[in-house]
Amino acid sequence: MGDTIYFDNNATTRVDPRVFEEMAPYFCDLYGNPSSMHTFGGQVGAKVEEARERTAQVLGCDASEIVFTSCGSEADNTAIRAALEAQPEKRHIITTKVEHPAVLNLAKALVKKGYHLTLLSVDGDGMIDLGELRDSIREDTALVSIMWANNETGTIFPIEEIAQIVRLRGVLFHTDAVQAVGKVPIDLKKVPIDFLALSGHKLHAPKGVGALYVRKGVPYRPLIIGGHQERGRRAGTEAVPNIIALGKACQLAFDAIDEENKTVRAMRDRLEAGLLGAVSKTILNGHSTQRLPNTVNLSFKFVEGEAILLLMNELNVCASSGSACTSGSLEPSHVLRAMGVPFTYAHGSIRFSLSRFNTMDEVDFMVEKLPPIIERLRALSPYTEE
Amino acid sequence: MWDYTEKVKDHFLNPRNAGKIDDADGIGEVGSLACGDALKLFFKLDDEGRIVQATFQTFGCGSAIASSSALTEMIKGKTLDEALEITNKDIADYLGGLPKAKMHCSVMGREALEAAIQNYRGEPVTAHELDGEVVCECFGVTDTQIRRAIEENDLKTVEDVTHYTKAGGGCEKCLPSIEELLEEALGAKKKAQEPQPPKKLTNIQKITLIQKVIDEELRPTLQADGGDLDLIDVDGNLVTVSLRGACTNCPSSQITLKQGVEARLKEMVDPGIEVVEEA
Repeated sequence: MGDTIYFDNNATTRVDPRVFEEMAPYFCDLYGNPSSMHTFGGQVGAKVEEARERTAQVLGCDASEIVFTSCGSEADNTAIRAALEAQPEKRHIITTKVEHPAVLNLAKALVKKGYHLTLLSVDGDGMIDLGELRDSIREDTALVSIMWANNETGTIFPIEEIAQIVRLRGVLFHTDAVQAVGKVPIDLKKVPIDFLALSGHKLHAPKGVGALYVRKGVPYRPLIIGGHQERGRRAGTEAVPNIIALGKACQLAFDAIDEENKTVRAMRDRLEAGLLGAVSKTILNGHSTQRLPNTVNLSFKFVEGEAILLLMNELNVCASSGSACTSGSLEPSHVLRAMGVPFTYAHGSIRFSLSRFNTMDEVDFMVEKLPPIIERLRALSPYTEE
Repeated sequence: MWDYTEKVKDHFLNPRNAGKIDDADGIGEVGSLACGDALKLFFKLDDEGRIVQATFQTFGCGSAIASSSALTEMIKGKTLDEALEITNKDIADYLGGLPKAKMHCSVMGREALEAAIQNYRGEPVTAHELDGEVVCECFGVTDTQIRRAIEENDLKTVEDVTHYTKAGGGCEKCLPSIEELLEEALGAKKKAQEPQPPKKLTNIQKITLIQKVIDEELRPTLQADGGDLDLIDVDGNLVTVSLRGACTNCPSSQITLKQGVEARLKEMVDPGIEVVEEA
């Protein structure tokens, strides 16, 4: 860690040392294949099943409903393609304009294959309109896919209510819960969700592992066909250390969710209030209350996000921006534009996302150091004068 | 994180000649808030017609600020004709190179310089966005700009053109047109000209035109009454403005907004325009 202040936990997280400790023996010592007949491999298989139990616990589902994948994107792709392949007569998909590219770009690619797509819009807080959702469901709707919480703004959708609406119409429902798992209490016994995707590296497990929840009895087709691993639902030798790590990370998140939501939220709130108070012409992007406890996305008018990040980088502080220059596409964040955030603000957005490893001192450092950075860039900007 | 040279970092962290010149001889402004970067260049001449002072104001990323800073250093001491010989490539070279995807920042510098010199010479400023046929509607890039970037930088691929001009960096609909311009420039056989559809305003052109009507027609009238008006956002035909000064508390401000501002923009820009005040 050194002196780095890491406020970019929605991008990826530090592997928790307890997680690393749990996975470490499964590289050089206990390297067996869980499918093997011998005890050497079998003990590894037992550990994978323990990880499945732990992952199921954080979701409130049965272990048999968990399919391990290589990442969140694979889980999303598997769910969406499974739903479509199982219902070839249905050609309509509903999702939102603010989804992660893992869902949004797949949906757009499916349009090229002849599927019809409805993209639900969001309001200024990034919230969807349930009326619009109801009106969009058609006879031939194969799947509704709506994220649980937005990665850029942290806005949390009312997934319980959405799932009920979709279920009543007899349509399959998938949720990309990559940002929600570990931060939002989830109980799949109480919510009629058919598929749910999660990713390890967003909750202090390493990169390279994710999981897909598939409700018992829901039609399913594997994305990767081959061996019988994951009970034929995902071929390929299990990434044993990563899966064990994911299980441990889920266990830690489950045990600490209430406590961490309090401490992380307190830091986030202090950062948010401090910056909104100290920097003029600054707005909050996202819902003021229905929001992940670790996320705050602010826009500083008349300055550009990459320039802010570069100056923060000089102080060894890490965050993200929705500006065009950092999106890699020359256009500002699709999430902020869908919310109607004006260009004057959209290019100057900075997302701070915290974790259990942040401290109040780091928050105070940021509240002290960021205002002069914004002032410095505004002094250079031709738009600052009113 | 972008891979910037030490010189880019230096000019970003320690910008030279930031600010404006109140009695500038020439001022050039290119880019917009919508595009994500904008540069306003100021210069002053000595008795012999050489640039003695040059400053900039820039809204943009690290390389936009560094390119602006570099440009002001490069043109100092030059006559205007000498300054006009500076190409975007010269600006990038001065900085020890720019990441490919950031070359458009150097192009913006060159364009601001030209605009400032045109401004000094009293020539009509050819708003670059309005010069030529628009190829890229997302960023309002014309064929003239693309041809020039291809020629001056010896560009070979569509991706290069996007890096240098932003054209094709949005919806990607214009990629085939860029390909054609490349083929044409590379000496390939030119396709027969097809009849052009009537010109429709692109978003960038629309924003530019709205800003022009506001600046040249509406603000002077409002300012005469002690008020003022700023353009905040344009989303399709929805124009968001902010009333300032005396307008803020003026009971007739809504009438001004609808009958004055909106009516004029409907007439000059697009009959579908609706004007609302910033919440």
